[in-house]
Amino acid sequence: MSGRKRGSVAVVGAAESDLGLVAPHTSPVDLMAQATLRALDDAGLKLSDVDSLFVAATQVRMGPMALAEYLRIKPKYFDGTIIGGSSFMSHVTHAQAAIEAGLCEVAVIAYGSTQRSVSRAAASPREYNHYESPYKPILPISAYALAAARHMHQFGTTREHLAEVAVSARKWALLNPAAWEKEPLSIEQVLKARMVSYPFTVRDCCLVVDGGGAIVITSAARAKTLKKKPVYVLGTGDSLSHATISNMPDLTVTAAADSGAQAYKMAGIKPSDVKMLSLYDAFTITPVLFVEDLGFCPKGEGGRFFEGGATAPGGSRIPVNTSGGGLSYCHPGMYGLLVMIEAIRQVRGECGKRQVKDCDVAIAHGNGGVLSSQCTVIFGSEATL
Amino acid sequence: MQSLLKESPLGVYVEHCKKGELAYQVCTDDNTAVFYPRAVAPKTGSHNLEWRVSKGLGTVYSTTVVHAAKDQPPHNVALIDIDEGFRMMSRVEGIDPMQVKIGMRVKVKINQGDEKQLPYPVFTPAEGAK
Repeated sequence: MSGRKRGSVAVVGAAESDLGLVAPHTSPVDLMAQATLRALDDAGLKLSDVDSLFVAATQVRMGPMALAEYLRIKPKYFDGTIIGGSSFMSHVTHAQAAIEAGLCEVAVIAYGSTQRSVSRAAASPREYNHYESPYKPILPISAYALAAARHMHQFGTTREHLAEVAVSARKWALLNPAAWEKEPLSIEQVLKARMVSYPFTVRDCCLVVDGGGAIVITSAARAKTLKKKPVYVLGTGDSLSHATISNMPDLTVTAAADSGAQAYKMAGIKPSDVKMLSLYDAFTITPVLFVEDLGFCPKGEGGRFFEGGATAPGGSRIPVNTSGGGLSYCHPGMYGLLVMIEAIRQVRGECGKRQVKDCDVAIAHGNGGVLSSQCTVIFGSEATL
Repeated sequence: MQSLLKESPLGVYVEHCKKGELAYQVCTDDNTAVFYPRAVAPKTGSHNLEWRVSKGLGTVYSTTVVHAAKDQPPHNVALIDIDEGFRMMSRVEGIDPMQVKIGMRVKVKINQGDEKQLPYPVFTPAEGAK
């Protein structure tokens, strides 16, 4: 049972750092700090207003300390929870609890990565596990490939369905000036790309780029006094199911079913109230699983949900990943913060050519590890309070 | 596993591998198979973990073919549901990795590793094995 109250806090600032390929010797903390100041500027706040830090990064073991030192601030409250790409959604839950408890008032959630510059292997070294490592899976890719293969076997999902997810993401990316990918992509190009871990080609896999981001969260009362229209946290839910793919109970059902149910309950809404989905698309299978587990289609229908560009610009279903997603916009390793930034901007109505009409409620869903941690945040405009 | 000063779960497991055995544990409080081996049982928290040796038969739960590098042939990685009621990662050898199918029956053999690699179980097709 959540003690947190729907709409008690709001996002008042959101910004990306520089994205793509950063200059040599840029550090992950450089990117966090840059994004933090941009997000504060977006909110009309100063560095001296910040009293709490929430930081996760694979290249910085003690994130809150590193960012506090860099910015020379002394946070009253700090949190370095790291559960992969969904870390930042869990930080929203923790920030809300801390703000409601009076432990802090202005929270910055920040992330930075230079994985394109230093290589994915260097940015995210993996632990040796004798029950998996000798078999040489390429992690995390092979874990998600195992989930995709099982979904295909059990429900008749096809490689073409998975390719539709990548093609839809690319269509949105072409409407986003900040997206890494600038050229159109076809289903055939996805299928014929270099095979990495069957059934995934390299086009079923997220980008490997540098980047970071930050968001600023404060109490609803203070949010009303700031520069931008507040984007309220209507509901959140966090759930863990396993750490290694060998220990995931059912590879076709994620803990998003649990985190989503928690978030809907707190927000008092149902899937049909949601206007836009920002779903962590590390691989083409993940949005397929999340539209099922978050209640947008029955279990097993996720592949067919994406058929015919249904979630792409002008599609017949709910718009998914309007930024272009981790597949075509930006994926710096733990992409969850950027998943939220797009949902926040959609609720603000700041998305230009890719803006979803009347987007008063959006879901940002984060995934971490190998489908291991699932964290859902539902954002809403003032009208939804 | 009363004392981790004397032996470890992985240590016992590897000793079984050296004898050509796939070992697992059963929590005798709730009669549930436990894998990977642990110092205490999951859920029950019990210390009553009994080592058993599997008959070594299982069914492929999921499978992928890994293309690690241009100069290496693709290799299989699979999740195997072992008949005694636990799942493990492994690979199926002796056939084209793309021919490893979900639902396929497989049988264990132990790869004895080398100076750098502790022994570990792999599987081969066992069609006809019930």
